[in-house]
Amino acid sequence: MLEMTDLVDLALLLFLAVLAITIAKQRNLFVVVIVMGFYSLVSAALFTVLDAVDVAFTEAAVGAGISTVIMLATLLMVGTEEKTPSQPRILPLLAVVVTGAFLVFGTLDMPHYGDPQAPIHQHVAPRYIEVSGDEIGVPNIVTSVLASYRGYDTLGETVVIFTAGVAVLMLMGQALRFRQRDGDA
Amino acid sequence: MFAATMAAVLVTMILALGRAVLGPTTYDRILGVNMAGTKTVLLIAVLGFLTGRPDFLDLALIYVFLNFIGTLAVLKFIEHGDLARNAGDGE
Repeated sequence: MLEMTDLVDLALLLFLAVLAITIAKQRNLFVVVIVMGFYSLVSAALFTVLDAVDVAFTEAAVGAGISTVIMLATLLMVGTEEKTPSQPRILPLLAVVVTGAFLVFGTLDMPHYGDPQAPIHQHVAPRYIEVSGDEIGVPNIVTSVLASYRGYDTLGETVVIFTAGVAVLMLMGQALRFRQRDGDA
Repeated sequence: MFAATMAAVLVTMILALGRAVLGPTTYDRILGVNMAGTKTVLLIAVLGFLTGRPDFLDLALIYVFLNFIGTLAVLKFIEHGDLARNAGDGE
């Protein structure tokens, strides 16, 4: 019996396939950016269906929101038409198909979706659920895992992102200063 | 009941998808994507009630904002060919 949620999964995956083919076929880059926004929205919906709400959040914010704007800003510089239409080549297609086949093959070993006996539900998750409230004192288990059990990990991630942000700001600030100096001269 | 609603949302998403993929003008595509964004919001909302856990409604709210901003950015790009220029900033 096909459940309604399975049907939703199927429909969304089908949308993704159609959108991906459209993106690959389309030669107008502006249209590609718009359709990519659509793609991000659909994959965010798919992540929500799969209960990965935090991933869905990120996908919607970064994929559909910021990347669309950044891509448009890039198009301002490079123009909206692909200059040399690439010829269809067999080798890249073959590489992608083989890699995809390997990835699908890899999923065969994984536990079934939602399986309570999966290793991820047996390792430390029961402990988090049972004692994290007493040990950390935060009602939200995800927060206590991120901010306390994996505190150093989170700190490391934050440092990486902060460093990247500072580096980008330094590079862009430099460019702005040069432009101002040229404007004065 | 929710299943019927979900089916209806999916059908409208297919229609929006068709408009976004087929075009023919850019405005058709923008309309299609904007429509799809709204339908995604509805899909997440209906899905919450379909599975009996309407906890993700605030996620749908965030999508509303993002969809709006994204559409705004695209339209501004078409109108001005620029993203950051002020209205009174005639160069």
